Amino acid sequence: MRYSIFSVLREALRGQSGWTPVWREPTPKPRYEIVIVGGGGHGLATAYYLAKEHGIRDVAVIERSWLGSGSVGRNTTIVRSNYMLDGNVPFYETSLKLWEVLEREINYNAMVSQRGVLNLWHDEGQRDACLRRGTAMRLHGVDATWLEREDVRRMAPFLDFEHARFPILGGLLQPRGGTVRHDAVAWGYARAADALGVDLIQECEVTAIRRDGDRVTGVETTRGAIECGKLGLCAAGDSSRLAAMAGLRLPVETHVLQAYVTEGLKPFLDQVITFGGGHFYFSQSDKGGIVFGGAIDGYNSYARRGGLPMLTEVMREAASLCPPLSRARVLRSWGGAMDMSMDGSPIISKTPLPNLYLNAGWCIGGFKATPASGFAFAHTIARDEPHAINAPYRLDRFRDGATIDESGSGASPWLQ
Amino acid sequence: MRLTCPHCGERPHDEFAYRGDATLRRPDPAAPADPEAEHSFVYLRDNPVAGHREHWLHAFGCRTLLVVTRDPATHAIRSIELAAP
Repeated sequence: MRYSIFSVLREALRGQSGWTPVWREPTPKPRYEIVIVGGGGHGLATAYYLAKEHGIRDVAVIERSWLGSGSVGRNTTIVRSNYMLDGNVPFYETSLKLWEVLEREINYNAMVSQRGVLNLWHDEGQRDACLRRGTAMRLHGVDATWLEREDVRRMAPFLDFEHARFPILGGLLQPRGGTVRHDAVAWGYARAADALGVDLIQECEVTAIRRDGDRVTGVETTRGAIECGKLGLCAAGDSSRLAAMAGLRLPVETHVLQAYVTEGLKPFLDQVITFGGGHFYFSQSDKGGIVFGGAIDGYNSYARRGGLPMLTEVMREAASLCPPLSRARVLRSWGGAMDMSMDGSPIISKTPLPNLYLNAGWCIGGFKATPASGFAFAHTIARDEPHAINAPYRLDRFRDGATIDESGSGASPWLQ
Repeated sequence: MRLTCPHCGERPHDEFAYRGDATLRRPDPAAPADPEAEHSFVYLRDNPVAGHREHWLHAFGCRTLLVVTRDPATHAIRSIELAAP
């Protein structure tokens, strides 16, 4: 069913009785040309672009839980392309351009809101770093706007500009950055992939990867064995476990990242704002809740729930940057499992096994990458070679030293 | 999560600084250069769901380096010992 104002009005008059299921619930076939492991945003987007861009419809996405149950539903919904390094800017800018046309393309309201992402700076060193990054963005054709202190004050007068340790001196704004309704991204890609003939198989956990010499022949799952011509792993958080089934060790550790939301407040926060004095960022959802987060907890964790020390730290930063927030009541906190790679950049790559492909290592920033990740991973699988935008994200870059370390923290993922 | 330091007793984990995987061994510097071994030492991790051996430095305590064996899925602590007994 195509969604439009007319379908909404028609169903309003018919008592909402005509809506049909958004996707099928197929029984897995014994064999597919391509099997994607992981029914999150990236896996569903990969399946969609395989069918749409490459005409490959004999595809299954297998998911151990329900579609979108992992990090695509646990993030803080921010999209942006304000990176600095050559390997990163073109990729994330491609993603932002895909976000801009996504809803029309898949006929699904993902509530793409380009409200602007504002990075604050609080001293001369941060000013220089922001200026350098903003310049790198503009050299790549990405929008970046320099803000003086009074510009920031006009946009967000509720921040603490006179803070003794971290006074706000200015900011770097990406006007085209913003937020997207995260669950709707998973549902929208799932619906679009399903309509093109992709089988979405839920509650189907991979228990083993079958091999014949160097080649992967299929997967064993809790719903039986499924053979495949090519296998794509797309299950960030659990990438190491899956890769181990194929005999690979990855440059990845799994860590927990927490996020938080307050009770609904009247609209006052128009942008996504990030604190330069620590690791804290916040935005206001359409329901009015302040959605915010900080850094990873800092030790290996598959628990998908965080600890009190980081929660306390993030609350301190919130009250420090935006004192009125100290009065807001926090409704929920939650955690997601992050594939922390050894240079802070993702992996969309071929692997030592010729028909096994890997999409992993998204660290704390996978959501914004969803469209480009699916687009590039589909290209890599279908053509057996990377697209220009994901060529730098090869798995063997760690072997020959071509790492892409945006934060400069080295092979210590807990410090990213 | 609380860690029991052999010197200081049970303490909250934010007194400790995490130092990552404790099973990694630097290749012998006197041996002939082995790029694969260096790559594996610097970048590759087992990243297990259970029984992760990891270094924690009791930074705000006795400043001893500990080897903690922990289940990253549940945070259950299996053992804590001194890295250099």
